[in-house]
Amino acid sequence: MRIIENSKIWFSISSLIILAGLVSLICWGLNWGIDFKGGSLVEYQVKNLKFEEIKDIISSTISDATISKTKKDSILIKSSTLEKKPFEELKRKLKEKNAKVEEIRFETVGPAISKILIRKAIWALLLVSFFIILYIAWAFRSVPKGISSWKMGFSAIIALVHDVLVVIGLFSILGHFSNIEIDSYFITALLTIIGFSVYDTIVVFDRIRENLKYSNQPFPSLVNKSIMQVITRSLNTSFTTLLVLFALFLFGISTIKYFALALIIGFIAGTYSSIFIASPILVIWSSKK
Amino acid sequence: MRKNLWITIFLILLGVILAGLIDWPKGPDIDFTLFGKRFYKELKLHQGLDLQGGTHLFFEADLSKISPSEINSALEGVKMVISRRIDALGVAEPVIQVVSKKGLIVELPGIKDVDKAIELIGQTAQLEFREAILDKSIDKNNNIISFNYDDWKDIGLTGANFKKATVIINPSTQKPEIAIEFDKKGGDIFKEVTSRNIGKPLAIFLDKKILSAPTVQTAITEGKGVITGDFSLDQAKKLEIQLNAGALPVPIKLIEQRNIGPSLGKESVQKSLIAGLIGLLLVAIFMIGYFRFLGFVADVVLLIYALIVLALFKLIPVTLTLAGIGGFILSIGMAVDANILIFERIREELKRGKSLASAIESGFTNAWNSIRDGSISSLITCLILWKFGASLIKGFALTLGLGILVSLLCSMIITKTFLKISIGTCFAKLIEKSK
Repeated sequence: MRIIENSKIWFSISSLIILAGLVSLICWGLNWGIDFKGGSLVEYQVKNLKFEEIKDIISSTISDATISKTKKDSILIKSSTLEKKPFEELKRKLKEKNAKVEEIRFETVGPAISKILIRKAIWALLLVSFFIILYIAWAFRSVPKGISSWKMGFSAIIALVHDVLVVIGLFSILGHFSNIEIDSYFITALLTIIGFSVYDTIVVFDRIRENLKYSNQPFPSLVNKSIMQVITRSLNTSFTTLLVLFALFLFGISTIKYFALALIIGFIAGTYSSIFIASPILVIWSSKK
Repeated sequence: MRKNLWITIFLILLGVILAGLIDWPKGPDIDFTLFGKRFYKELKLHQGLDLQGGTHLFFEADLSKISPSEINSALEGVKMVISRRIDALGVAEPVIQVVSKKGLIVELPGIKDVDKAIELIGQTAQLEFREAILDKSIDKNNNIISFNYDDWKDIGLTGANFKKATVIINPSTQKPEIAIEFDKKGGDIFKEVTSRNIGKPLAIFLDKKILSAPTVQTAITEGKGVITGDFSLDQAKKLEIQLNAGALPVPIKLIEQRNIGPSLGKESVQKSLIAGLIGLLLVAIFMIGYFRFLGFVADVVLLIYALIVLALFKLIPVTLTLAGIGGFILSIGMAVDANILIFERIREELKRGKSLASAIESGFTNAWNSIRDGSISSLITCLILWKFGASLIKGFALTLGLGILVSLLCSMIITKTFLKISIGTCFAKLIEKSK
């Protein structure tokens, strides 16, 4: 397979996906959950009452409530209110209709929290990128023949940014069409993807470094050879990890479902970018002295 | 050489048995005496709020009146008072954590009446005795004309001067009252104030709101008093807790609340467990299908890996949350990856016609660089997440980081020993066949 020679194809595929994501981001933005925009999220188990009736009671009590049925007898209510009183009132009204109400969860988040969360996440992202560039530059310092280890570090980070953009973009699209929200689990997923994206790239670069020691091939074909050597491993690893993640996505509970989905997208993007993005960029960069 | 391998195998076996013992649901606790020092640790899997149910609260502290240099000590003070109030509530394993320059996180596992707890925790509970001022709070006939906080005179007698507060039921009225015992300084002030105010009212304010204003009958010299007021037994008990715990140095406000019912937690544990098991089983099947005998070895090591990590969770202890389980499951992926990297290399070497022994040796050496660099960069990520993340992310980073470390150990020591020991036995052919 000629991976390096066909760089343009891979770059185009990635650009298309990222572009679609960016367009969605600009048009629709992200579908922020209450972790970020503040508000309340309440789940009740209501028995002995029809869903339509419950819905009417909720809408008449809490004006801006969005109501969804999570599973049998369970109702999820989201609202921008931070007060507990309307919900007390709601419970009272439901009980008046002889319904059996059990509170499964009740969450309110003030807007101040979200600012801390976002700031911390951005800090973490920047710090991770910074230290990983440093580490790669140091760990690969002995690469021979004038290939700069700094270029390796930055190529890894470009692949990383690629993965983050793919995931954020696709979640913006999913948020618009499937109403999937961005919560703190999503941030956790994003940060994990960063770690794994770099791990995957390092395995490829490590093979390049090893081959540089023993071979006098021109750099582009040497990189191509290295990729072909590690590609089975990359696919196997991604496949096994994806098996676990798909199990989580299909059988896990709702809170962790989209966490798993974000990771699935991120892992596919990560495997792809370590082979089709990071290495070609390194080649292009190294040929332009 | 061979002898050393058997010793390693023996040690691994010992470790596995130990880990298995710790993992056993109703396993023994650590309790032994060494050089006169007793080591005791209760071994159990700590579950986070999202798994066992409970409430997570974030209180923002009003620090506008505190000078920047005193902010941290003020927050520590709030923490101390809240801890004492929660202790009185009798919640098992509460978490109270200062968020620098912001406020406090309070987590109460398994609590039932959340609203009552919030009210108890959040009230400032600054109790004050104040002296009457003529024509402002009382008229010439000692009748009260104002219950306004500012119309009464500060005498420096507050809840801080209490030694103890106890709820008692007044035998004649059957109403709850709070008996207080002053400390030395409080007793002296009280004695002085009561002796110069005989026949006049003395006001008691809670958070600047009037609680009661009894008339002083005689000078009270023994440093004891009673607060009467129109409160229920529940309110009196709450006040008792708050007075004994002390007043909050700064006011706090609840800005985040997450209550998880116990049924949701149970469901989460069950579903995550099932999902995790299915995922693991699929991985195990794939490994055997693809790597044959080597895959089987990897599966055994994976099992040992899971036993060790679980034992560590119990030992450290790590509080397990949903995100933490996510981190653990992900670390399994990494543990498998280390094995895949090694096996691919061994296969390569075998295809080049190397002997089994040297193929295993160079397989491990060649894979080591990738495994090391990859693990270190992932550990860097975990470390930063742990340092900067919110509590949810912290749990995730901890389990993932721990998992990566153990997986390094497992693949580089246990897998290696297993493969080396099989050289020259009937298993060697199985390994060679799996190329």
